[in-house]
Amino acid sequence: MQQLINTLLIGVSIGSIYALMALALVLVWRSTRVVNFAQAGQAILSTYIAWEVVNRSGSFLMAFILAVAIGGLIGGLVESGLMRVLLKHANEGPVAAVAPVIATLGLLAVIRAVVGLIWTNEGKRFESPVSTAGFVIGDATLPFSRLNLLIIVTAAVVMIIFSIIFQKTNLGLALRAAAYNPEIARLSGVRVATTRTIGWIFAGAAGAVAGILVSPNDSLTPNSLDTLLVFGFVAAVIGGLESLIGAVVGGLVLGVGLSFVLIYLGTSLIFPTTFVVLVLILLLKPAGLFGAKGARSA
Amino acid sequence: MTLKVERLVVEHGAIRALDGISFEVDAGSLAAVIGSNGAGKTTLLRTISGLKDAKLGKIFWKDREITGMKPEDLVRRGLAHVSEGKSVIPELTVRENLSLGGIWRNNKSELEESIGEVINLFPRLGERMDQRADTLSGGERQMLAIGRALASKPELLLLDEPSLGLAPLVVEQIFETISQLCRQQGITIILVEQNAMGALAIADTGIIINLGVIVAQGDAGSLVADPALKSAYLGY
Ligand SMILES: Nc1ncnc2c1ncn2[C@@H]1O[C@H](COP(=O)(O)OP(=O)(O)OP(=O)(O)O)[C@@H](O)[C@H]1O
Ligand SMILES: [Mg+2]
Repeated sequence: MQQLINTLLIGVSIGSIYALMALALVLVWRSTRVVNFAQAGQAILSTYIAWEVVNRSGSFLMAFILAVAIGGLIGGLVESGLMRVLLKHANEGPVAAVAPVIATLGLLAVIRAVVGLIWTNEGKRFESPVSTAGFVIGDATLPFSRLNLLIIVTAAVVMIIFSIIFQKTNLGLALRAAAYNPEIARLSGVRVATTRTIGWIFAGAAGAVAGILVSPNDSLTPNSLDTLLVFGFVAAVIGGLESLIGAVVGGLVLGVGLSFVLIYLGTSLIFPTTFVVLVLILLLKPAGLFGAKGARSA
Repeated sequence: MTLKVERLVVEHGAIRALDGISFEVDAGSLAAVIGSNGAGKTTLLRTISGLKDAKLGKIFWKDREITGMKPEDLVRRGLAHVSEGKSVIPELTVRENLSLGGIWRNNKSELEESIGEVINLFPRLGERMDQRADTLSGGERQMLAIGRALASKPELLLLDEPSLGLAPLVVEQIFETISQLCRQQGITIILVEQNAMGALAIADTGIIINLGVIVAQGDAGSLVADPALKSAYLGY
């Protein structure tokens, strides 16, 4: 019983990080119809900045706020400086489908290289802001730690902020309308190009939060977030790639599922399981658990 | 004169959908645009509202040239377009669709006021404010589409086949409402319809398009009375 609850809690903790990465991918997908592989790069750059600020100032909170803000800024710059230009020029024929994907992959490589040049490829240790020792209940020590708790709380706060923005504000309404139907949005006066940039800014910030939360107590390298990108993508697909709630649920489902695999079956089955889940979802419910009835094309 | 279209030519790739169209619509009047499938009616409205670029020709609105302006700027100048097929966002609620119409004004109290006016006009929407738009009937969706446009408080309203796919009784109601919007609220309206008789019955003027050119225009009553037009274009 205790083992079960532990597994669940650890799963929610890691799953909420997947959920944030999935949110980042879905936000970009909805606004631009591009799977942004560079998200791993944007997030790692933000995370290194956080690491640098922690080292210099000693304040995790300051590092977090600064890095998330910079993460948003990077997202906005990638959209306005690269994607917008690219989508304008490569908008016809087979190139239109491939160019954005290649561009985000290329950008990922460039950012990794730049990060390597600045901070070297050697692993950095990102100290956890809180204890990573498990909570003690009675005479049992749980694997669930203060860090896990911090992760869950932070991710929950970020998701609540997002849900307020998207459900309660005019900006959120404009972002959703532009994603669902750019034409009606424009006819209603929404500046769709601007909402696209804002989508990328939010995505950049969410990805940065994911990167910063996953890194403490681990070795930070220029490609240490690549696996997070994969899990985030699978979580997004589980959620239907269109839905913000779907991304969150997808992340949690994947996190909890993998946590069970890890504890009851072993580490070596993590990737195969993820892959099988991805294939199963695509075969059985291609629109995802939260996707529209019709198809993924909507 | 408030809207003036001058020798408008619009192409979709190799297809010339509008081939030199000129007409004027007076402020506060209702103009019906009639024509069969593929005549170019939708293209005309999309070009006026800025969704589609003109190849040649000019469009003036309140003495200012608006050719090539974007829809998001034109709505700020009082132009609203209810595009073909129920022009609502199915994933959003009724309230959100209506709010979207007035979103550019960024003023909560004005928005609430204009939503209130829409609900007065279409009480059925008021009973379904928190329902998703895809749960509405076809007629309710068309009301919502018009309501969304009205929430922007337009001076010029472009309506693309609002009667499409609706039961005769609902069509009658919609036409009645459109007429009211023009007569009582003074909104200038361009009504695109295949239901020629219904549209001309409430219109001041009519414009009959065929294959991208205007074949007749003038007073709605006299168009209806013209026997040559009757058999050729008005289809009855
Ligand atoms: N996006 C497009 N691409 C290519 N051709 C188009 C496009 N839109 C319209 N056309 C063509 O332009 C012409 C006019 O079309 P339009 O939709 O304006 O007609 P319509 O009068 O609105 O017809 P309907 O009554 O069927 O709605 C048609 O020949 C049509 O095939
Ligand atoms: Mg049409």
